Amino acid sequence: MTLSLRALLGATAALALTGAAMAETTITVATVNNGDMIRMQGLMDDFYAKHPDIKVEWVTLEENVLRQNVTTDIATGGGQYDVLTIGTYEVPIWGKQGWLVSLNDLPAEYDVDDLLPAIRGGLTVDGNLYAAPFYGESSMVMYRKDLMEAAGLTMPDAPTWADIEKAAAAMTNRDAEINGVCLRGKAGWGENMAFLTAMSNSFGARWFDENWNPQFDQPEWKATLDFYLNLMNQYGPPGASNNGFNENLTLFQQGKCGMWIDATVAASFVTGADSTVADKVGFALAPDNGLGKRGNWLWAWSLAIPSSSDAQDAAKAFVNWATSKEYLELVASKEGWANVPPGTRTSLYENPEYAAVPFAKMTLDSINAADPNNPTVKPVPYVGVQFVAIPEFQGIGTTVGEIFSAALAGQKTADEALAEAQAAVTEEMKASGYIQ
Amino acid sequence: MARAQSPRRRLIATLAAWGVALTIFFPVLWMILTSFKTEASAVAMPPQLFTADWTLENYAEVWQRSDYPRFFWNSVFISIGSTLLGLAIAIPAAWSMAFVPGRRTKDLLMWMLSTKMMPAVAVLIPLYLVFQRIGLFDTRLGLILALMLMNLPIIIWMLYTYFKEIPAEILEAARMDGANLWNEIVYVLTPMALPGIASTMLLNIILAWNEAFWTITLTTTKAAPLSAFIASFSAPQGLFYAKLSAASAMAILPILILGWFSQKQLVRGLTFGAVK
Repeated sequence: MTLSLRALLGATAALALTGAAMAETTITVATVNNGDMIRMQGLMDDFYAKHPDIKVEWVTLEENVLRQNVTTDIATGGGQYDVLTIGTYEVPIWGKQGWLVSLNDLPAEYDVDDLLPAIRGGLTVDGNLYAAPFYGESSMVMYRKDLMEAAGLTMPDAPTWADIEKAAAAMTNRDAEINGVCLRGKAGWGENMAFLTAMSNSFGARWFDENWNPQFDQPEWKATLDFYLNLMNQYGPPGASNNGFNENLTLFQQGKCGMWIDATVAASFVTGADSTVADKVGFALAPDNGLGKRGNWLWAWSLAIPSSSDAQDAAKAFVNWATSKEYLELVASKEGWANVPPGTRTSLYENPEYAAVPFAKMTLDSINAADPNNPTVKPVPYVGVQFVAIPEFQGIGTTVGEIFSAALAGQKTADEALAEAQAAVTEEMKASGYIQ
Repeated sequence: MARAQSPRRRLIATLAAWGVALTIFFPVLWMILTSFKTEASAVAMPPQLFTADWTLENYAEVWQRSDYPRFFWNSVFISIGSTLLGLAIAIPAAWSMAFVPGRRTKDLLMWMLSTKMMPAVAVLIPLYLVFQRIGLFDTRLGLILALMLMNLPIIIWMLYTYFKEIPAEILEAARMDGANLWNEIVYVLTPMALPGIASTMLLNIILAWNEAFWTITLTTTKAAPLSAFIASFSAPQGLFYAKLSAASAMAILPILILGWFSQKQLVRGLTFGAVK
């Protein structure tokens, strides 16, 4: 009898253990290789302590490969990924197509109202939040305080493009290999066109009018491109048409740029250990032209759940953890406030400890200065500050980027580049049925 | 009779050979050197071949951040598996084409080769869907099948070329001695074509090891080989060249060692039948 009872209890315990093991849910998270994401992978013990029944597997890929793989998977309903790291460009398009799960039902303690309004707005479609921001960024001016001082100039907190030109002229010293300004020139919708589209907003230009007619034949685009080419030809580094984020970062860190206008996330790099000018960097808002719009962009790497996922509850638990206030505190406690993913929550910027980080205020001000729904001076039919949130933009953005990059390389004039861009975009928009 | 070469001519030929070899090897050398530099030295302008601050930190970080053994064993299984499966199909196929050709054999060979001219992305969606539906996505078996199919035309073509060099009379003699088809292929043809089969095998292992489109597209976590391992170290924002170089060096090292030790076999096989 005793033996039977023991056997029964043993069998029950074994069954319970098997059941527990079987109840473990594995989710696959597709992500890009950036510092904040890698840091999160090192902090997973906290997640596992809170969710012992969920196992997370990571797929880390190069940005464009990730975009291609994830698009293929979602379009074919594959369900290989449970959480996706996607940008502000994809969210409105994929959300509208029903590819993403709404996150409106996140628990009350998640405090969705704490998300920065500009970032949240870019991730919301028809009232549904389709992605939770993991880190947000805008763009701003990073400049060398020592060179400005030597030139007898002071950088305003909110400079105009004329201020930038004046400072670039004063700081350029070809003998010392110091370029007044470093800007993106490498072709690509997320490379030079991210910068130029954001810059064009401050010149009053727009990609399309209200009826989707391309606008590269308008004077605002001519003013944008002329200014950019003149600035870069006179004060930019040699071979600038090959320079993207990483190339300019290297130049700036090596003390070869007086100014660099790029992503706010660069602030931690130019003030970090690899930088030779770490203690000489100042920050200012992206420039304007007095038209009411600044030349800064808005981007957020966010976590979304594809509707094809068969582990949506577990995926939501992960998204909730990774983008919560508690996660920011966890990072701060382990790695310091300067390493907390920036640009997502109002409460982070109200925290006095985070306010002491040198670039915190400028990052917040830059994000708040961008409006994805009204990116430029005139009305537009699209969403997006440095992109146009339509599926065709990756193609046309890169085509125009190649044309403008060639103009920077001296292979064509600004007028030729604009005429070519107008023709190429018009043809694509006709083929896609936006215009007749 | 071979013509004697003048010392001057030999010197020029030697220098030219070294020049070509170094040009081909230089990117690999650069990558290996970069893998021992700091991120800042890796992108220094002007570029430096050597640096003062050599480090092993990149290897340590790459090892710590990734499950290298898993990626490595996946690469081993996938490249060897696809090659052996390919050979098992290609040897009988090449035998029939070389020794009992039909009227359409040449057309068939050309058609097989033409499939290699199609860009891989053209069949991305169909293959992706098929793999998902039949449960082959992110499995080693799936990748073995995919890479075998990708490389099969090359395997058949190479073996066909080698088999054509073997006199058909030898096989006829074997048949007259009572050998059946199995014995003829296994005990007569295969030993005679061994250098060719070995070089085909090595070349296909290298091709499968280095394949980066399908291996990244058709895997996520379980079957991802070293190509996916490399891809995970490219970063959109921030310096990554030194770590990427370390990951690349770790990925190519095994195949580089294999190629080094088997180079005699490879060259012998590749030049087999080139000079008559």
